[in-house]
Amino acid sequence: MKKRLDVIGKPRRRVDGRAKVTGHLRFADDLAMPRMLHAKLLRSPHPHAVIERVDVEKAKKHPGVHLVLTGRDFPVPFGIMPVSVDEFPLAPERVRYVGDPVAAVIAKDEQTAVEAIGLIEVSYRVLPPVSTPEEGLQNPEPRIHDYGEQGNIHRNQSYEFGDIDESLKKSDLVFEDLFFYEGNTHLPMEQQASLAFLDGEGKLQLSSSTQNPHYLHRQLARVLQIAESRIRVVATPNGGGFGGKCDPGGHEFVVSKAALVLGRPVKIGLTREEVFYVHRGRHPVLMKMKTGVTKDGKLTGMHLQTLLDGGGYGSHGPASTFYTGVLTPVTYHYPRFKFEACRVFTNKPACGPKRGHGTPQPRFGQEVQLDKIAGKLGIDPAELRLRNLVKKDSLTASWLRVGSIGLEECIRKVTEMSGWKARRGKLGRGRGLGLACSTYMCGAGVAIYWNKMPHSGVQILLDRSGTVIVYCGATEIGQGSDDVLAAIAAETLGVDTSVVRVVTGDTGITPVDLGSYSSRVTIMAGNAAVQAAERLRAQVAAAVSETLGTLPDRVVFAQGKVFAAEDPSRAMSFVEAVAIAEAALGTLSAVGSYSPPKPPGKYKGSGVGPSPAYSFSACVVETEVDERTGWIHVPKIWIAHDIGRALNPTLARGQVIGGVYMGLGEALMEEQSFRRLPEKLSGALVHRAPSMLDYKSLTSLDMPDVEVALIEDPDPNCPYGAKEVGQGPLLPVMPAVANAIYDAVGVRIDEIPITPDKVLRALENKDKRVGPASFPAVPYPEPTFVLPPWEEGDGKETRKNAAAAVV
Amino acid sequence: MRRNIPLHLSVNGEAAEASVAPYKTLLEVLREDLDLTGTKHGCELGECGACTVLIDGEPQLSCLVLALECEGRAVQTIEGLARGPELHPLQAAFTDFGGSQCGYCTPGVIMTAAALLERNPHPTREEIKEATAGNLCRCTGYNQIVEAIEDAAAKLRAEAK
Repeated sequence: MKKRLDVIGKPRRRVDGRAKVTGHLRFADDLAMPRMLHAKLLRSPHPHAVIERVDVEKAKKHPGVHLVLTGRDFPVPFGIMPVSVDEFPLAPERVRYVGDPVAAVIAKDEQTAVEAIGLIEVSYRVLPPVSTPEEGLQNPEPRIHDYGEQGNIHRNQSYEFGDIDESLKKSDLVFEDLFFYEGNTHLPMEQQASLAFLDGEGKLQLSSSTQNPHYLHRQLARVLQIAESRIRVVATPNGGGFGGKCDPGGHEFVVSKAALVLGRPVKIGLTREEVFYVHRGRHPVLMKMKTGVTKDGKLTGMHLQTLLDGGGYGSHGPASTFYTGVLTPVTYHYPRFKFEACRVFTNKPACGPKRGHGTPQPRFGQEVQLDKIAGKLGIDPAELRLRNLVKKDSLTASWLRVGSIGLEECIRKVTEMSGWKARRGKLGRGRGLGLACSTYMCGAGVAIYWNKMPHSGVQILLDRSGTVIVYCGATEIGQGSDDVLAAIAAETLGVDTSVVRVVTGDTGITPVDLGSYSSRVTIMAGNAAVQAAERLRAQVAAAVSETLGTLPDRVVFAQGKVFAAEDPSRAMSFVEAVAIAEAALGTLSAVGSYSPPKPPGKYKGSGVGPSPAYSFSACVVETEVDERTGWIHVPKIWIAHDIGRALNPTLARGQVIGGVYMGLGEALMEEQSFRRLPEKLSGALVHRAPSMLDYKSLTSLDMPDVEVALIEDPDPNCPYGAKEVGQGPLLPVMPAVANAIYDAVGVRIDEIPITPDKVLRALENKDKRVGPASFPAVPYPEPTFVLPPWEEGDGKETRKNAAAAVV
Repeated sequence: MRRNIPLHLSVNGEAAEASVAPYKTLLEVLREDLDLTGTKHGCELGECGACTVLIDGEPQLSCLVLALECEGRAVQTIEGLARGPELHPLQAAFTDFGGSQCGYCTPGVIMTAAALLERNPHPTREEIKEATAGNLCRCTGYNQIVEAIEDAAAKLRAEAK
């Protein structure tokens, strides 16, 4: 009924803004309760060892200690993915990385707990550590885990969509490149913290800095062996997540168990060093990319191989492994595509999901390789990309359905803003421009555990004061999900966000939402909120239509008024309308829920990659490179992001610039790297930098100005057309930096991060390149073979020789 | 045995007293003994700037200052910045310009900015960046923080006229 939008699309102070600038907002570690005790974890000093004995007697006797827990207290393992349940809150018999938690002390204060931790004696039998995937492939024994594909291979997979060898053979040119992307970590400003206690009914409540209270809820029930109905998880506002608070953490189980045993509130706050151990960050990935192309710059196919350094546990690894391949064909049309991926366990903190989850690594390789292809063919890199774009409403070779795609406009916009045509290659020695593109999902099409229930639920309550209360399990991690819910409810009901109260992330109160991961909240919780609000609006419209002298579907809700479409003077306030409806219908409430569409692919493994929609980004980076020092200065970045529609442009722009910031940090300096201690000190594999001082990230002085263009072409699958913006804009930055450095000084740095020493080395190298030199022999399995849609495939697996008969 | 020591200081313009363990930092005393949890911590090693408060008007990392060193001194925290129910121009600008996303670094950056504007009402963009370079933020990408401080500076100058 209403064509103009009053709330959506207008820059607006976020609903939780005031609480954040006044210090009013309570993060997990800001919580305190009477009689609260404090927990501290003892962590392994060895990367790989058998625990032979844990003696806690002295610690137990230490004055002020209330409880000591060890692996024996937690017989049941956990794991965020059902196929990787391989972790214990406290390691019972084996430690798999330096920092693996082994025991816990609960004491009257933190200082006492720290003292008692020092009194626990653990005897370890040290095992040889596996420090890289290559070592893991070479040394199947000792196995880090007794499950997985074989030896120390956790996941190993291969998919082929059409005969790739044939298409590469027929290509005019084939480019083969190796790339490496070093691991890095989320580094949220807030260190994880949790507070557990028993409520008035004796039920467990855990308030925790988690992105996924629903999954944590399920894991707590599993590990503690109590009914889910006796547990309430409250996700406190996260002081940054970026994927680092998706996995359940050992500390969350420890305080929960301790609260159950002691009947007192128990709190834990991790130190910054511990946050580095918890990790679950970006996987280091080695990549081999073989791409065929015609002389006029048409891509013919890609064969991608990846090797992931998984760290000591499964975490989200099975999904991460898929993500190093599956989104590669979403930006450009590859008639055929093959990807093989292998994740190896190593004795380092577990890798997992970080902003972009598994996709920044292959995107880096793909976009740098395209730059090389463009150079070789003498085609402008922007033009090469434009020639190969995926078409709107089409399928990829791998059977992903791409609906709206604003990438063409992103490329045109970003080249225009940066003066690409006039400036690229003409800035003089030492200065350059680089372009890259990317895409990301708007929510994973499949839940982490198999079920047929909705991915998101929203309940909205209206009361006679005119207040709109929105309940949803979504978690505010700083990205603005509360504001998204408020904006959608307000717009749909024709009110201002100031009358909307949002209650989120509380498994005891709010309908299930799967969590703040995979850029799913705007789309999934947003669609559920639209449905709930529309149902409520229909109730109110039915109740007031007679008074307004019109039909229910002619009742308009806008700007706090309810009126007849044909005569806006027949009007009442929203509050009056709600009172009439409440009198007529009773208490007003409605629910909405959302499940993503079924993916078109029917082969085993086709559940990873599908999404209701994909966002797209294009980025141009300018660099100044000092050839004497290798120093890289980035004065300016332009980025265009296809967001469908910006619900709140202030927040959308903030997500874009924040993504660019994190991408630039990864491109230039962030790395989670390790070193081996000398043998006399234990020979352990340790972080080079478990501190913020040594783990380099950009400061305000390093950060360039970012010029943002939001490309708005509303997507029909998304609420008010809004696609994701939390992860996508990070992705094109790293390859754009690499391409800009090439434009500036003619060297190819085929690995991330790109540091001054690598630039200097490349300038000295004959081939003007720094990057991996070889790819190990990985025993990838026989591929699952699926014919692309245009080769008469049906989305199901077939045999390759059967395919040959068809072709 | 550890014995607590009495501490007297001024916090946000009001006299405050506490009996504190001598090893406690100002950060811990503010958060744990005075319930002023608006001041955050991101490392407790002086690396991130999240715990910045003003001590006698100077921005300091409260995680590196022993509480007992603050005997008789004036401490300002984020809780004392607003003017009654009205936001301070810095607070308003941070939320209007998107200078605060998760909000965790925000109190520290705002206090740093408040000290900057106190001593330099006309900072250039470079001066703003330099003043806040010790405050890490993982969400915003800093651009909006700089914009917010510029806006607040203009508003404060207008107020002073």
